[in-house]
Amino acid sequence: MRNLFIALLVQIAAIAVAGTSFAQEAMTLDQQVNQAFAAATGPFVSFIFAPIPGTSFPWIVMWLVIAASIFTLYFGFVQFRFFGHAISLVKGDYSDPEDAGEVSHFQALATALSGTVGLGNIAGVAVAVGIGGPGATFWMILAGLLGMASKFTECTLGVKFRNEYDDGTVSGGPMYYISKGFKQLGIPGGKPLAILFSIFCIFGALGGGNMFQANQAHAQIAGIVGDYPGWITGIAFSVIVFAVIIGGMKSIARVTEKVVPFMGILYVAAAIIILLVNYDKIGWAFGQIFEGAFTGLGVAGGLVGALIQGFKRAAFSNEAGVGSAAIAHSAVRTKEPITEGVVSLLEPFIDTVVICTMTALVIIITGQLIVDPATGKYVLDGSMIATVGGTSGVALTSAAFGSAISWFPYVLAIAVVLFAFSTMISWSYYGLKAWTYLFGEGKTTELIFKLIFCVFVIIGAAASLGPVIDFSDAAIFAMAVVNIFALYFLMRLVKQEFHSYRERLASGEIKKFKG
Amino acid sequence: MTTKLVIGLDGHESGERVLDYGKRMAGLIKDCELLVVYVVEWSPYSFQTPEENAERHKRREEEISLAKARVVDPALAKLSEAGVKARGLVRHGHVADILNAIAKQENAEQIIVGRASSQGLVNRLFGSSTSTLVMSAHVPVTVIG
Repeated sequence: MRNLFIALLVQIAAIAVAGTSFAQEAMTLDQQVNQAFAAATGPFVSFIFAPIPGTSFPWIVMWLVIAASIFTLYFGFVQFRFFGHAISLVKGDYSDPEDAGEVSHFQALATALSGTVGLGNIAGVAVAVGIGGPGATFWMILAGLLGMASKFTECTLGVKFRNEYDDGTVSGGPMYYISKGFKQLGIPGGKPLAILFSIFCIFGALGGGNMFQANQAHAQIAGIVGDYPGWITGIAFSVIVFAVIIGGMKSIARVTEKVVPFMGILYVAAAIIILLVNYDKIGWAFGQIFEGAFTGLGVAGGLVGALIQGFKRAAFSNEAGVGSAAIAHSAVRTKEPITEGVVSLLEPFIDTVVICTMTALVIIITGQLIVDPATGKYVLDGSMIATVGGTSGVALTSAAFGSAISWFPYVLAIAVVLFAFSTMISWSYYGLKAWTYLFGEGKTTELIFKLIFCVFVIIGAAASLGPVIDFSDAAIFAMAVVNIFALYFLMRLVKQEFHSYRERLASGEIKKFKG
Repeated sequence: MTTKLVIGLDGHESGERVLDYGKRMAGLIKDCELLVVYVVEWSPYSFQTPEENAERHKRREEEISLAKARVVDPALAKLSEAGVKARGLVRHGHVADILNAIAKQENAEQIIVGRASSQGLVNRLFGSSTSTLVMSAHVPVTVIG
């Protein structure tokens, strides 16, 4: 099965390579290959992103939001009631000093965050606001708040059902909780579902977690230094990724892992400064967000347009329900799986409610979206809102920050590249765990995946990616289809844990060690 | 009642002198127990990759057994040869915090450590573990040069 899978990946690589800029003389062939790939994967992509009949609302977004709402109700608004407790846990108030030296809650949270904070927060939000108007921000925040409950559910299960090996290492994630959890509940079909999840996870890791990141990082660098072939960025990135994941050059990863949070803080700080300077417009901006959320303020698709964009970008950004975070969080060696679930609910909060909202506010407040003074509604340029510089995506965010702090676009470019890199490192691990679930743990098996991962970095930076990326995005969302389906069965196990934890917390059996 | 002294070792050559001093004190006090402590410098707020997290437990065990084998066990062997009662501990965290916490927890009389093992700019800027300990400890600290 491993060889078959590798053959399939080689096929994808070959198709993507054929679509790269080194094969320019054969443009028509490239197009044919791209078309062939699109035709082969198209039905799957169309299925994942298909609108609900009679609407333009993709069902997958609905799937994520409904799940998040159900988990929110099922766990009695855990994201609000246990928010303070989550902060105490991260601060280490409940950490036994005897366990010092193990992965702390803070570390697990920071690691998971560095996998999700990235392009979604910078480019995705700009797309949401650019198409859906300020109102999209409202729906994005709502989706972020609801998504906290999805994270809570999946990360608790991640820790509860992880594998602990004799050598002390751990492996966890949806594939483990699906197969073990279903077995525990006596529900058949756990193993095939777990395998399906793993396959989607590998595709998602190589696509959205790798090629898309490499591609966008190249676009950023090329935007600053001028256009040059993507494979150069690809090889440079690939060498660094190789050094980290195969060469064991932990120092590079460690530097990135330190710089990325710093960049995140710098980004939020810059946004706060811009908001403070324009403090008189904050009230107006929130007015626009609320008004836009329910009226659309003239954007294409009106209210529904704003809602789709907000929900979609929140889901893209915080990955709640996708299952990826459960892999990252399962490394914590806690006696209480619930504590990890509680900590993980901070993730969509930081990612979406804080960082994404900052991006949106800066874009709105700096007046990037053109309003018709006569009607007070947004001027449309096709399906997008017309912007001051005619920009969208990362460029729109960059222009918004640049209009207030002239040198910030350079910092932003560095941040995007670093975010892309740290997202790749995280996803290389998620993909690896899915890979080893399918093919077994072992040095050679791991090496094969890591090498494939490095090759896809080059392809990602060089390729004209259209259909390949559509497929990878669809694979990430397909993970959510399998994961959430399984979560509906497994959530009662989380409830049992949660109930017992709450009781012991109330009775004082679970004590603070400090604070 | 047994008098307890906390001996902080960091694997450097000053450790020998710290140990000798501890031995001498134990001889003078008579009913005395030495707690030989090695602290692996570690922060719960550092940033790690997912892979490092997954291997953390294994690494921690390795760090503990290495510290025992290289520093703590040889020290305990020397002390037992000299007929001094002693226990060894390996902990993760910040040196000053951990030594102070152990001293408090064990009701120790004092903490004995070596002078800062590294010199220079870093120490001048951020202070060494020894100077932090001297300033924050709840029991007397003896620093061996």
